[in-house]
Amino acid sequence: MSQSTPTREVARRVFAEEFNDAGYTFKESDDERAPVYLLLPTGEKANRVLLVGTLTEKEDVGDDAEYWRGRIVDPTGTFFVYAGQYQPDAASMLRDLEPPAYVSVVGKPRTYETDDGSVNVSVRPESITVVDAATRDRWVVETAERTLERVEAFEDEGNEYARMAEERYDVPPERYTEAAVSALQSLESTDELEPEP
Amino acid sequence: MTDLRTHAREIVEQFSEHLDLEVDEVEQRLDNLVNEYRVPVEEARRSVVNNYLDEADLERDAIRGGDSDAAKVADIDEDEQWLDVTVKVVDLWEPRSDAISQVGLVGDESGTIKFVAFDTSELPELEEGAVYELGNVVTDEYQGNYSIKLNRTTSITKLDEEIEVGDDTDTVEGALVDIQSGSGLIKRCPEEGCTRVLQNGRCSEHGDVEGEFDMRVKGVIDDGASVQEVIFDREATEELSGITLDEAKSMAMDALDTTVVAEEIREDVLGHYYRVSGPTLGRYLLVDEFEELTEPADAESVLIKARSM
Repeated sequence: MSQSTPTREVARRVFAEEFNDAGYTFKESDDERAPVYLLLPTGEKANRVLLVGTLTEKEDVGDDAEYWRGRIVDPTGTFFVYAGQYQPDAASMLRDLEPPAYVSVVGKPRTYETDDGSVNVSVRPESITVVDAATRDRWVVETAERTLERVEAFEDEGNEYARMAEERYDVPPERYTEAAVSALQSLESTDELEPEP
Repeated sequence: MTDLRTHAREIVEQFSEHLDLEVDEVEQRLDNLVNEYRVPVEEARRSVVNNYLDEADLERDAIRGGDSDAAKVADIDEDEQWLDVTVKVVDLWEPRSDAISQVGLVGDESGTIKFVAFDTSELPELEEGAVYELGNVVTDEYQGNYSIKLNRTTSITKLDEEIEVGDDTDTVEGALVDIQSGSGLIKRCPEEGCTRVLQNGRCSEHGDVEGEFDMRVKGVIDDGASVQEVIFDREATEELSGITLDEAKSMAMDALDTTVVAEEIREDVLGHYYRVSGPTLGRYLLVDEFEELTEPADAESVLIKARSM
């Protein structure tokens, strides 16, 4: 019989605004190798994310070894992506890419506490690839849809991650409905700017 | 003794409509007979079942096993259901464990499902291509995939009829978020009927062999709510990547490295959205058809939903 392999973690769809509001991470088992989850304010756990946006800046912020930081912008805010020697493919993508470019990033959420005690959230990429505007737009719609689904399920009885989010965060989930609406509207307005055929 | 525990679970399930039994207690009774009094497992099970029949004041026919329902395999969506199915043996696989006497794929008009028969059940062997009525099989679930287990109480009746096995094609949509190792240009074992993928020129069954080149992509489609592992065969991989097998071979030759092919494919397709369809076998959806989703997604309907919230 096949060995029981751990189920692959879903890549959550979350806008930068919500992602950067998250700061609380947790494990669901004491195992050292147990997955670490970022708790999303809309009440879901995220061990992996997929984001598609515009790479606007990149910089090697490493001291000795290369350590690349990329800023990836979606309609609601900015994701920070860090790739070093342990993410060689992603690091070389950041080295070679010329911003601005649409990129698709699959990666793991990471948090770190700054000197002033606030928590910054970033992405450690598993892969970075160049995509086109249509893929970016599709991601925006899909991410809006997933966000709305999470907000809708927030009050459900037995939604343990929503209860956890209530406890940990001070933000009403409706705020992310507004973020989703404005993200969708940004797509409509760019459509209008396109020249008439 | 996991084996006794399995028997105990089956007994608890058999009586589930009549008695509120504890698996532990049933297992203990079986254990007492088997390990203390050296009774063969089958005999112990019969004895324990008879005991409970008396306790519930029932005839043997009354317990589950006598009254399981006829089902179509595509309708199986619950664990531990006792059912009767009429199926054709589509495929027999090599059992990976001595505890399993037969494993493979059976199907009816509605689709196909994996079946497992255990050595301890001492059942007659099923023949590939034959149609059987299988009475009293029990469903099992692993990571969202269902199978049926044949057990000691299963009746096997060979039928003289033909079944047109339905195809259970699934379609999934989402972003291709990962391409796993063993993708790109690969070598397969040339031994008759083997086709295993070689690792460093070695087949796990036949050792060092002169492999035959092939292409495939093992990937993950993810829609943000669930993941599906998919396999593109050579034809689908050529279409997906725009690289033919011959081109892949010369790319590898130039680079003195076969992994350049997977690298190239990765750059082209990771993070893009696809709709793929094909039959599901175990963990994998085998891609028959696919298309890249390039049309603009429907923002308007999502916006309407958002505004109504």
